[in-house]
Amino acid sequence: MDIREDEIQDVVEKLSSIVEFVDQLQAVTTDGTEPMAHPLAQGQRLRIDEITEYNERDKIQLNAKNINKGMYLVPKVID
Amino acid sequence: MPTQNIQNMTLCALKQGMSEKEFTSLEVIETLLTRISDHGGSLNAFITITAEHAITEAKNADKLMAVGKNKPLLGLPLAHKDLFCTDGILTSCASKMLHNFIPPYDATVVKNLKASGAIMLGKTNMDEFAMGSSNETSYYGSVKNPWNLELSPGGSSGGSASAVAACLVPAATGTDTGGSIRQPAALTGITGIKPTYGRVSRFGMIAFASSLDQGGVFARSVEDAALLLGEMAGFDENDSTSVDVPVPDYLGSINQSIKGLKIGLVRQHFDAGLDDNNAKAVREALEVLEDQGAEIIEIDLPNIELSVPTYYVVASAECSSNLSRYDGVRFGYRAENYKDLNEFYCKTRGEGFGAEVKRRIMTGTYVLSAGYYDAYYLKAQKVRQLISQDFKNAFAKVDLIAGPTTPSPAFALGAKMDDPIEMYLNDIYTIGANLAGLPGMSIPCGFVNDLPVGLQLVGKHFGEESLLQCGHRYQQKTDWHTRVPERFK
Repeated sequence: MDIREDEIQDVVEKLSSIVEFVDQLQAVTTDGTEPMAHPLAQGQRLRIDEITEYNERDKIQLNAKNINKGMYLVPKVID
Repeated sequence: MPTQNIQNMTLCALKQGMSEKEFTSLEVIETLLTRISDHGGSLNAFITITAEHAITEAKNADKLMAVGKNKPLLGLPLAHKDLFCTDGILTSCASKMLHNFIPPYDATVVKNLKASGAIMLGKTNMDEFAMGSSNETSYYGSVKNPWNLELSPGGSSGGSASAVAACLVPAATGTDTGGSIRQPAALTGITGIKPTYGRVSRFGMIAFASSLDQGGVFARSVEDAALLLGEMAGFDENDSTSVDVPVPDYLGSINQSIKGLKIGLVRQHFDAGLDDNNAKAVREALEVLEDQGAEIIEIDLPNIELSVPTYYVVASAECSSNLSRYDGVRFGYRAENYKDLNEFYCKTRGEGFGAEVKRRIMTGTYVLSAGYYDAYYLKAQKVRQLISQDFKNAFAKVDLIAGPTTPSPAFALGAKMDDPIEMYLNDIYTIGANLAGLPGMSIPCGFVNDLPVGLQLVGKHFGEESLLQCGHRYQQKTDWHTRVPERFK
């Protein structure tokens, strides 16, 4: 992700203040506390392995800038 | 019925008016579209107006009503935050990155409300990718507060809040990751509810922080919020975090008495940082609830002050992961000039995202990086557990928690843009509910310096009914929610 030359100072200052702000968490005693990954402590729901979606490639690719025969084109990766 | 009254009517009143043939859905839609075209510009509340679609739908609704067909929201107008995917209609998330994105499907929320007969008038402005508390990070420019056009309506769902407060539309959808429904509702003097995490499907809701994001509604009464929430909520197999718990009849149970309801008042919320007059308005609101039979009990949330730093670690981490999908290949903005694939990605993302979004992506990448993961991300997840446990302990003693929604009334546009921490602290009272996945609602409870302020109610998981009953009871006894800014009367 590019950051323009003239943005750098502002980015550095603001990011530093954010890191400094979140650093206050370091002082909290959390020994023996389980990290919380999900607000309802739910497990992952599984579904039956069957096809539920159908090919809508043409509709989906209306959003693409550069396609050819159903494929997305990007700059050359391998010479 | 003169059409100038339509703009001030709630959904429930419009529904009744249409069923009693006082006016048609088309008359309602046309009245509001005219208002949007007259006033929408000064507020910058909309990104897209779907007038043609709305008129066609209104005509269809009138035909259905003429033959006695009915649906809970048939012919009723609303607007969607431009973060909900709408089939064939621009969904930009207020970002240059998605300025050209036309979704091939409807979000479940949009689908559910459509199936109930609601008519979309347009897509509302917001902070870019819902990251902001003032609606100033939008690629389409800031939204103005209808109570004073030099002030912010709050964010991130600022366009929805502003449109509802200015009577451009009676209700709108929003999303709330750290307060993005409740804070703008408070700052614009309307009702806003964020349900329990998992209550409303996130399918088709453009992701910011997946363990915190939750869709909800803005309305001008709690009754309307109950009506809409009942129609949009429910299990969705397309969202793996959707919860399969039956949706109660929110509207049907809204008149239930609050006698004996135990309401917790958080001591820490009244520490330094809260405007004195704002605190007074909240205490007066609690007296109204006490008069209605509720019991007010002081409680503690000892770790609540840590909610803001915890949130900025967790939300930024999830944001950096979610937003990695924007690479310019399959959809969205794509840079024009590049030498190779790497530069293609860097320029696309560098040019497509605004400053606040980039800051959060970088913060998130930093707190997830190998050397800092334990110190920041894991630590924040543990503190999140402590905060959540505080709420559990509190709910062992009370049924609801009440307090201020924001530290002060609306602030000036530009006032906090240079200091991200000050901006973040605006959400100090709202973030806890997101971290713990609890439902929260803001209702107007008075004015400070001629600006509305909100009372926040937070409930137990899936306790939306209590929130709505309590809020409705309050609105039966007060008229703050009926006030309309002078300029938009």
